[in-house]
Amino acid sequence: MVMEDPEAPHHMLLLRNFMAQGLVHNQPLLYASPNRDPRGFLGTLPSPAASKDDKSRQRDPDQEKGLRIAWQYKKYFGENQLNFDGQRDGKHEYSNEFDLRKPLERHFLSGQRVECVSFQDCPNLSALQDHCATFLSQFPRNDGNISCVGRIAIQSICAPQCEYSNMEWDMLSFIRSLKSMVRSSNAVAIVTFPPSLLSPSFCKRWQHMSDTLLSVKAIPDEDKELAQLLTGYQDMVGFLNVHKVARINTQVPLILEATTFSIKLQKRRFLVLECLNQAPVDGSSGASYGTSGSCSGSSKTGNLDF
Amino acid sequence: MEQRYSNLLDEALGLDQTIEPWPLRGRIVAIEDQVETSGSFVLHHLLKRALSPNSSNVSIFIAFSQSFSHYDRVLRKLGCNLVTQRDNKRFFFLNMLKLQCPGGDGGITPEGGLIALYGKIHETISVLPEISRKNVTIIIDDLSLMEVAANGSSDYVLNFLHYCRTLTSEFDCSLVTLNHEDIYASADRPTFLLQMEYLADILIKAEPLATGLATDVHGQLTVMNKGINYGQDSSRNKISNFHFKVKENIVECFYPGSRG
Repeated sequence: MVMEDPEAPHHMLLLRNFMAQGLVHNQPLLYASPNRDPRGFLGTLPSPAASKDDKSRQRDPDQEKGLRIAWQYKKYFGENQLNFDGQRDGKHEYSNEFDLRKPLERHFLSGQRVECVSFQDCPNLSALQDHCATFLSQFPRNDGNISCVGRIAIQSICAPQCEYSNMEWDMLSFIRSLKSMVRSSNAVAIVTFPPSLLSPSFCKRWQHMSDTLLSVKAIPDEDKELAQLLTGYQDMVGFLNVHKVARINTQVPLILEATTFSIKLQKRRFLVLECLNQAPVDGSSGASYGTSGSCSGSSKTGNLDF
Repeated sequence: MEQRYSNLLDEALGLDQTIEPWPLRGRIVAIEDQVETSGSFVLHHLLKRALSPNSSNVSIFIAFSQSFSHYDRVLRKLGCNLVTQRDNKRFFFLNMLKLQCPGGDGGITPEGGLIALYGKIHETISVLPEISRKNVTIIIDDLSLMEVAANGSSDYVLNFLHYCRTLTSEFDCSLVTLNHEDIYASADRPTFLLQMEYLADILIKAEPLATGLATDVHGQLTVMNKGINYGQDSSRNKISNFHFKVKENIVECFYPGSRG
């Protein structure tokens, strides 16, 4: 689940990436959105940057930037995908870099099973749930065949455009049944929602319901203070926060070394997640977490910071 | 050394002395956690203790949150095989992942759904042989999802819990529940949570550290044991507070600052 920033469309960047990645791998996709014409969104999906990407797999992961980012995507994009990565044959490249300026080629969209649903066409949530159920029935879990993985992307589920945005309990049970359906099939679902539209207690319920919880936040334009604190501020469009990492089949929580990443658009083309090195806000406030050891209060998005 | 770590939790729960008769008999244990710190490991720990080979305890697990395979894998790493226990009729798994009681026309009403669930539990207990009927642990994971399944009718969930409570006096069962404290933090009168805390004989809270996430301390546990002897000490609650680190095969518990 991704918590949206109510004032910025950053969650769409993640959604685009998630969807495009699936389509490149020939994975069926179900996309549900509050827009009247969800299919139109498919036209904005980025196309993989074809050049030089192929060789990155053989290189040392620490050296190759592309792969480092790949690693991060792999880690945070969807709970089930993680499990399947290792088992899939090496031919499929995961975590392609996508060129945001080029639209995804037609043949990716047309040739396969892409289903689009607009919330406005669904009179109630059970209709949407039925959509998901029929979609997921293509990927039963127990047949041992994991070559086919489905992806579900649901955008802004509690947006006010849909009639049921005020049926909080119904939405909760929808999420719950979606979760149980995803668990019993080879699929991964990403749901974005604007937390500010939910009451605090329901927002917490949603968060508890998620396996992996992310939030995105835009950074204000021309914030001089931030610009001083962070290198590469020019390219940054926002922050990604990892609140919770899926804990399936284990009780041990995964504590990440960094939970905040900057979302950068490099050359206006590539979406890049970079680890943010958080130095203490105030040098005098005591313990320093910064590995660089500088107490000046500057934090760097160094290339080697893991 | 390892032994000592896990004993802090056991000590607080009164599980360190004897395992037979089951020390939690007739008691209600409420576990509360938060988004940042999951308290499900306490549930796993209790389940493991309940199913330990030198006790004759029977567990009924009501799962709203995860599938059997999840618990099986987690418990296997803790050294407890749920499949074997299930075959030995010591572990009963009620899969409630898909339970929906939306009410409305034709559907199961929340009340009906929960009554049916209670009936199932009652039946499971009453067909047990006499000896194991005295040592039953009912585990619910978790209450907030039960509320969702009941479509927000928290009152029915509370009723259900009260019924389960009668089981604790009727059969000397123990009841272990997990719930999320932060859900109710913004409510003016968190009736549901307060009721549960009132019912509970032992209240366990898992909280994140104020200083944020860390790899070697995953959070802190507060265990409030309301005491069973109704003599002169009845007003005295035993409160223990310690840090924990969850590992695959064990939960390490230690006092703050006691580890290098």
